[in-house]
Amino acid sequence: MSELTALTLKAALDGLKAKSFSAVEITQAHIAAVEAARPLNAFVLETPDKALDMAAASDARIARGEAGRLEGAPLGIKDLFCTEGVRSTAGSKILGNFIPPYESTVTANLFGQGAVMLGKLNMDEFAMGSSNETSAWGPVINPWKSASGGNSALTPGGSSGGSAAAVAADICLGATATDTGGSIRQPAAFTGTVGIKPTYGRCSRWGVVAFASSLDQAGPIAKTVEDAAILLTTMASHDPKDSTSLPVETPDFAPFVGKSVKGLRVGVPKEYRVDGMPAEIEKLWQDGVDWLKAAGCEIVEVSLPHTKYALPAYYIVAPAEASSNLARYDGMRYGLRAEGKNLNEVYETTRAEGFGDEVKRRILIGTYVLSAGYYDAYYLKAQKVRRRIADDFDQAWRTCDVLLTPTAPSAAFALGERMADPIAMYLNDVFTVTTNLAGLPSISVPAGLDAGGLPLGLQVIGRALDEGTVFSVAGALEKAAAFRGKAQRWW
Amino acid sequence: MAIDAELVRKVAQLAHIAEPEERLAPLAAELNGIIAWIEQLAEVDTDGVEPMTSAVAATLPLREDVVTDGGDSARVLANAPKTVDGFFVVPKVVE
Repeated sequence: MSELTALTLKAALDGLKAKSFSAVEITQAHIAAVEAARPLNAFVLETPDKALDMAAASDARIARGEAGRLEGAPLGIKDLFCTEGVRSTAGSKILGNFIPPYESTVTANLFGQGAVMLGKLNMDEFAMGSSNETSAWGPVINPWKSASGGNSALTPGGSSGGSAAAVAADICLGATATDTGGSIRQPAAFTGTVGIKPTYGRCSRWGVVAFASSLDQAGPIAKTVEDAAILLTTMASHDPKDSTSLPVETPDFAPFVGKSVKGLRVGVPKEYRVDGMPAEIEKLWQDGVDWLKAAGCEIVEVSLPHTKYALPAYYIVAPAEASSNLARYDGMRYGLRAEGKNLNEVYETTRAEGFGDEVKRRILIGTYVLSAGYYDAYYLKAQKVRRRIADDFDQAWRTCDVLLTPTAPSAAFALGERMADPIAMYLNDVFTVTTNLAGLPSISVPAGLDAGGLPLGLQVIGRALDEGTVFSVAGALEKAAAFRGKAQRWW
Repeated sequence: MAIDAELVRKVAQLAHIAEPEERLAPLAAELNGIIAWIEQLAEVDTDGVEPMTSAVAATLPLREDVVTDGGDSARVLANAPKTVDGFFVVPKVVE
């Protein structure tokens, strides 16, 4: 592939600024890479004409000395973000050929700073999944292959599998993603990329198709920690159109990467040492501890006693909110409409044909736990447990500044391997879901390879709105791990 | 309480999703598996714990009660499956 696609976002922005190449040139290189990478199924819609128009406009602004922060940088956009005039499906059949007449705040922020859109990225249907296999467009294939797994196709993780695969395969400089229970960080870990879920409320949810509104957060997937910091700086903003958007200034996160972490207290939660954790993940975690110790951090053992209850609480709260949010898909105002003898039959048939199995399962669970007679036993109980989980973190912050954990309990697994057992699939998110419940920022950094040569990630969790420290610690891990792995190109 | 096919039928109706008869029993088994796993929450002592309804401690802001948008029915209707004369067309509701 062309050298322009191998650049980091930072290097590309520097090159564009220095006029070493034009926005149109780097966009053309990426369009060619996207076409060549179709076997990955990472894009559900390619928008090369729009990309070239945006790039030409970028070149004009660069020539006039009016370049934005991301001027001319070709990015991929997860299909959960509504993009004005460009089909947005959230990975579902029920949205049909939905063409939003508006732009999500996050994408508007990116495009307002000159970013170029290459197209829309594949994802699990309505972001419900951990392997990309629930997408109505078929699964994304991980660019990585395991040396010990024959030639079998691996999952890139989910739900932001398209975003992670596209960044790992060098077909975009960075991508937008979203995370409700781990959907940015687990795919990042499975593909050797960096992904951060910021504090709940940092990024506006306006124009992002809703899954579970009290948990959903947007964030970037990128090639490096610095690239992730650059992207988040532009994605985040206070937005009056999202009532849970935090009325705070967004700092420039990039200068935090490379800052000394000397004297920071790093908590290691003992409850994350789960049964059956592969030895190589335990080893990687220890490596992370050693690296941060060598960088001058103080290591503290902490306890988050309610960790094991996070996933079951999540599988009440998230489906409950989803069943309510997805009630809007009734076939009347947009999207798919099936035939029926009367109104009720139209509703029921539309939703039966439009939603996939996992989405239906979650809507049914959500409807059940919210229904009369069960609300207190399930939904109210889960919200109380959620409070306990958040309180655990508050306790931990008395003795430490960040937490260090593995991102996922395994490396990428084969497509098809876990589809038959929903709970085995849900367990992918055991280390990530806690911070969605508590609203805390957390990042996954590629830190090593398993025996088969697949990437593994470490997670850094910070205090609310303390993404700066999270980026500093992630930068220190990235530097110490010196992760240079790239998927061998087979597509 | 165990979920049976009859309860799945009722929940599917509440959720407005047509589930064919032969799917009710397998769905009941799937949902029971998930609910049984969720039941471990009963072990957690939550006496006196305030339910958490928001991920951040922020009060919901109120906006000015003024018209900010509108008069744009063409865009509103652009994605509708069926329209006539600037209206959504829906199946007959009252016989």
